[in-house]
Amino acid sequence: MADDRKPAKPPGFETLAIHAGSAPDPSTGARNVPIYQSNSYVFDDVDHAASLFNLQTFGYIYTRIGNPTVSALEEKVAALENGRAGVATSTGHAAQMLAMYILMEPGANFISSTNLYGGSVTQFTHTFAKFGWNCKFVDPGEPENFRDAIDENTKAIFLELLANPGGVIVDLEPVADIAREAGIPLIVDNTTASPYLAQPFDWGADIIIHSMTKFLGGHGNAMGGIVVESGRFDWAQNDKFPSLTQPDPAYHGLTFYETFGDFGFSTKGRAVALRDLGPTLAPMNAYLILTGIETLPLRMERHVQNAQAVAEYLEAHPAVAWVSYAGLKSSPYRELAKKYLPKGPGSLFTFGLKGGYEAGTSLVESVELISHLANLGDTKTLIIHPASTTHRQLTEEQRIAAGAGPDVVRISVGLETIDDIIADLDQALDHAMAKAAE
Amino acid sequence: MEALYYPDWQIRRILRDTNTIAMVGASTNWNRPSYFAMKYLQEKGFRVIPVNPRAEGEILLGETVYASLKDIPEPIEMVDIFQRSDRVPPVVDEALEIGAKIIWMQLTVRHDEAAQKAEAAGLTVIMDRCPKIEFGRLSGELGWSGINTRVITSRRSKQIRTH
Ligand SMILES: Cc1ncc(COP(=O)(O)O)c(C=O)c1O
Repeated sequence: MADDRKPAKPPGFETLAIHAGSAPDPSTGARNVPIYQSNSYVFDDVDHAASLFNLQTFGYIYTRIGNPTVSALEEKVAALENGRAGVATSTGHAAQMLAMYILMEPGANFISSTNLYGGSVTQFTHTFAKFGWNCKFVDPGEPENFRDAIDENTKAIFLELLANPGGVIVDLEPVADIAREAGIPLIVDNTTASPYLAQPFDWGADIIIHSMTKFLGGHGNAMGGIVVESGRFDWAQNDKFPSLTQPDPAYHGLTFYETFGDFGFSTKGRAVALRDLGPTLAPMNAYLILTGIETLPLRMERHVQNAQAVAEYLEAHPAVAWVSYAGLKSSPYRELAKKYLPKGPGSLFTFGLKGGYEAGTSLVESVELISHLANLGDTKTLIIHPASTTHRQLTEEQRIAAGAGPDVVRISVGLETIDDIIADLDQALDHAMAKAAE
Repeated sequence: MEALYYPDWQIRRILRDTNTIAMVGASTNWNRPSYFAMKYLQEKGFRVIPVNPRAEGEILLGETVYASLKDIPEPIEMVDIFQRSDRVPPVVDEALEIGAKIIWMQLTVRHDEAAQKAEAAGLTVIMDRCPKIEFGRLSGELGWSGINTRVITSRRSKQIRTH
């Protein structure tokens, strides 16, 4: 019999992926979350409207700040990350902007790992600089580098646990300790691992970001992002976060952390950042991502299995100079992978061809089944040459630091029959070798 | 300190069966957390009577503010405490005197000794929780803001109160 004095065993990941946030619709009984394609929601009366605008009651006002399809998704991802609350955004990039908007002030800075998606490096370096937010990049291979870069204006540490483009895993626990000692939150982009493979909150992260465009949605058919808060960060421990701990002039003097406690960060993200910056997730996209997430555990298992087979095939191929996949015995990240990604180090990784830049570009132009495009985390296997595409805007030095040097090819291994993926790589590698021999 | 745990059915039962709540430390300032909670609970059909000596005699959200629990001229089922933890014991003593059945201490408010005393007298005590947040969580409304309610159900209605 159930014991009422202690919590029941929480539901498993697969159960949460299907059910969290997705209870039947109370008014119609619809079992699947409907697409609420409505911009606005009627008020009962003027007093009800006032309560909603004052955030005194829960409810929907206007889809820019909340929508029932979108909130089902927010709750689901918050549950999968074992977090307190989530705020969805139009894209992963918008999620990064929203999180930083809450934390940063003009003249403030944050410390970021150099091993990031190229678009994030550009966003942090150039676009955020226009808001007066400065980013200091450090090599994450040595966790102490983060500590050395922190100064009195530092508001956060940002990193990708399983870094895009490939194979690099950051040792999260010591970095979380450094953030805690400095009284600043650790933000982890968990896009490439997905919550099925990695649980950054367990290791001390305070905020998790996803581009839901990738594995969460999983089908390459909807853009989306999300910011999830753990609910465990004490924003009032110092005076670094006035936008949470001081009365907000953009909200009639409301103090978000005091009023909303462990979901104060998310409430600020919704009521001020989504309201005023406007990067809202469309209900249709939320619906597609919700549907995708129901099969996340099954898909990730197969993604990892296929990635391992492709990595082993490539490593044994005479045209291949190196393979950076943390599931290989040759990877320096194998131990970190076992610790942080015990179910497998994802399906996104890089490799280099002996023929360098030329061979790399000719490989991506020779594939027939595999798609040459800029994305990752699709059912389809995807390939790209980062130096000429996703990481093109970076300097040569930044590209090498980000793991996107001239010879690097990135693959996102999909869910096709494994023999077919390998056969396509085989014929494309033959082409690349023949081209190099010309 | 031992972690507090209250089963969902217990919280749900309290929120379903209680009608009259005295809110000790209710603020007349609209952007204070206690004002938010009072307004929300009223909307959900609770009668909430504010207690705050500094606002005695004022009208807050349609209710007269009393200086102490003992001044309230009608029976109170639940006492909701919006005060620092160290100020809990005298409130609990008064709650016992007026015959309240439930003592509810707000988020971050906790006093184990006072709670034991109340429980020994047959009262139910909830500490370090907010009735507004718990109502929102169990009714599913909290999920409307993307908050993880941890409620998994295949049932259509999560309605708590029918009156
Ligand atoms: C790790 C990572 N973070 C963030 C992003 C940005 O996401 P989005 O394209 O949804 O804006 C990407 C996109 O490639 C990514 O790979």
